Amino acid sequence: MAARVLETSAPALSAPALEVQRLRKRLVKRPRTVVLGLLALLVAALLIRVLLGSYTVTFPDFLTILQGGTIEGARGARFIVMEDKLPRAVLGALVGLAFGCSGAIFQLLLRNPLASPDILGISSGASLGAVIGIVFFGATGFVLSGFAVAFALCLGLIIMALARGSGSVGNRFVLMGIGIAELSGAIINYMLARIDISSARSAVVWITGSLAPANWNRIEIVLVILLLVFPLVALIHINLHAVSVGEELAHGLGLNVPATRWSSISLAVVLAAVGTAAAGPIAFVAFVSGPIARRLLGGRHSLLASALVGAIIVVLADFITANYIPGGDLPVGVLTGALGAPVLIWLLIQSQKEGR
Amino acid sequence: MGSSLRRHRKVTVAVLLLALLLLATLLSFLLGTRPIAPATFWNYLTGTDVSGMDRAVIDQRAVRTLWAVTVGASLAIAGTGMQGVTRNPLGDPGILGLNAGAAFAVVVGIVFFGLSSPAGFAALAFVGATVTAVVVYAVAAIGRDGATPVKLALMGAAVSAGLLSLTSAFLLRYNDALDSLRKWRQGTIAGANMEDYFPGIFLLVAGALILLLGAQSINNFALGDDMAASLGENVALKRLVMFVGIALLAGTATSMAGPIAFLGLMVPHALRALVGPDYRLLVPLSGILGATVLTLSDTVGRIVLPPEEVPVGVTMVVLGVPVFIFLIRSRKTGDL
Repeated sequence: MAARVLETSAPALSAPALEVQRLRKRLVKRPRTVVLGLLALLVAALLIRVLLGSYTVTFPDFLTILQGGTIEGARGARFIVMEDKLPRAVLGALVGLAFGCSGAIFQLLLRNPLASPDILGISSGASLGAVIGIVFFGATGFVLSGFAVAFALCLGLIIMALARGSGSVGNRFVLMGIGIAELSGAIINYMLARIDISSARSAVVWITGSLAPANWNRIEIVLVILLLVFPLVALIHINLHAVSVGEELAHGLGLNVPATRWSSISLAVVLAAVGTAAAGPIAFVAFVSGPIARRLLGGRHSLLASALVGAIIVVLADFITANYIPGGDLPVGVLTGALGAPVLIWLLIQSQKEGR
Repeated sequence: MGSSLRRHRKVTVAVLLLALLLLATLLSFLLGTRPIAPATFWNYLTGTDVSGMDRAVIDQRAVRTLWAVTVGASLAIAGTGMQGVTRNPLGDPGILGLNAGAAFAVVVGIVFFGLSSPAGFAALAFVGATVTAVVVYAVAAIGRDGATPVKLALMGAAVSAGLLSLTSAFLLRYNDALDSLRKWRQGTIAGANMEDYFPGIFLLVAGALILLLGAQSINNFALGDDMAASLGENVALKRLVMFVGIALLAGTATSMAGPIAFLGLMVPHALRALVGPDYRLLVPLSGILGATVLTLSDTVGRIVLPPEEVPVGVTMVVLGVPVFIFLIRSRKTGDL
């Protein structure tokens, strides 16, 4: 049937055909401009994070420091840039990319805007691991990250195993994920209410998501994993789009639907787990990035755009929490939701007014 | 023939659910730190003399059971209504921002007004939940097509995200807020008493009536907005009214027992597996099943880790999730 439609639209130079051609070009063009714009925004956000704030650095000084030089009369500048501001900015961007991409994969694959690792049990699994690590083993630093990533991956596997079988696996995945998320959340709440207040506080900091532990070792690990995972995501994303249109249709196109589904879910779980292990489950980045990117693109899905949106949100939120919230050292996660949610709401309202 | 068989099955399910609720209520009277012998309870019911201690325990448990039944039924009906109105199987008062709004209001009360009494928490939780509901609905209703299911769900989750972020900012700044909220957030009905029951129950009855009477409209919504309109529904108005009912139920229940998650999500899914998608049946039965689940969970929480009591919000999830997983797995299609 589809082939027939294609055949009948063969003559190309009539006026309506030209019109279609023009529209198609615009459709292709728009994602490219949006992605480029987001890329520019991300670079701007990174520069803002590193150069501005309570301790400002000029751009030439920053370049000198990057090349290994020191600034006359400001010996501390090198330390502040290389050990605090730059690693936080870079880790924030990497983690934001991971969350944004992971959330978009879930939302695209499961065809539900509410499906994101925040709501599907991956983040709460990581949080449960971290709280258990803090409460029972006094874990900090890399050990704590280990607990988080182990729990996130285990619970991800459990959810996948529970969702297997015939019928609509995606829907079952969503329900199982929410079940596991609620279970982890209840156990976390129960433990939080029973430990001393200072452990509870550090657990809440971790659960909210913080870039304070950023350092170059951590960045290296995250970067290596992301460099391994992102090419796989790029390989799979066309199949993913086909599955997102409809499983029967994708099957009809000759796709191996289960393989595409499970490999995308695995990649999304790994992305969420790595981001969470590095900085905690920075609240709602994965949830808001996908819908924001989608609104910017006029209703189209784009993993790349949503990863970029995630990175921008984290870097800007970290800039604001570190510099403009009195008292200092609040974790970045307290602002990501507060920053992302209004943007999403505003975009939804705008798209309504335009009548899309 | 087939239809009569199906009706037969539905009646069986309804009777079984009622029997289960009765059993749960009975257990809630008998079990606890101080168990009550069935004979003693029988004497209490028939008005025969019961020792002062036992009488006090049974009186207290009666109040507590009443709370469990009320809160459980309200949350489950609210969840069923939410899934119907938003046409989203993930619809749950929690996902629509009500719990986040309640928690935020409570934290603001603690930080700015030095609030510490349960009654104060309840009042603020109710205000927070209903104001959030109104905001979510109002923002989602902007635009020509009104508050469509997708917009409602997205708006609810977005508002929820923003409020939770602000809440954790306060929690990390003020240790006493963290201390109070971490206890409130588990969800418990251990402090149940009759004085706090009364203003709430009227709101709950009103909310439940709205959803019970509107069940047919929810059925029509399921066909899509256009189809529902062609069946003579004023979709926007009906949806708003349903939403008010849901907000009344969920807001009041949260103010009585703290944010109890998952019940509103789980009960309608479990019931759909048993009786199908008809909301005229789902709404009342979800009330019965919700009451049963919460009462049983509260009873288990009293006896599972003596001498401590596990809050009902925790036991309900720990007991409910495995059952929920089993139910979803046992359905062949996995339709939502």
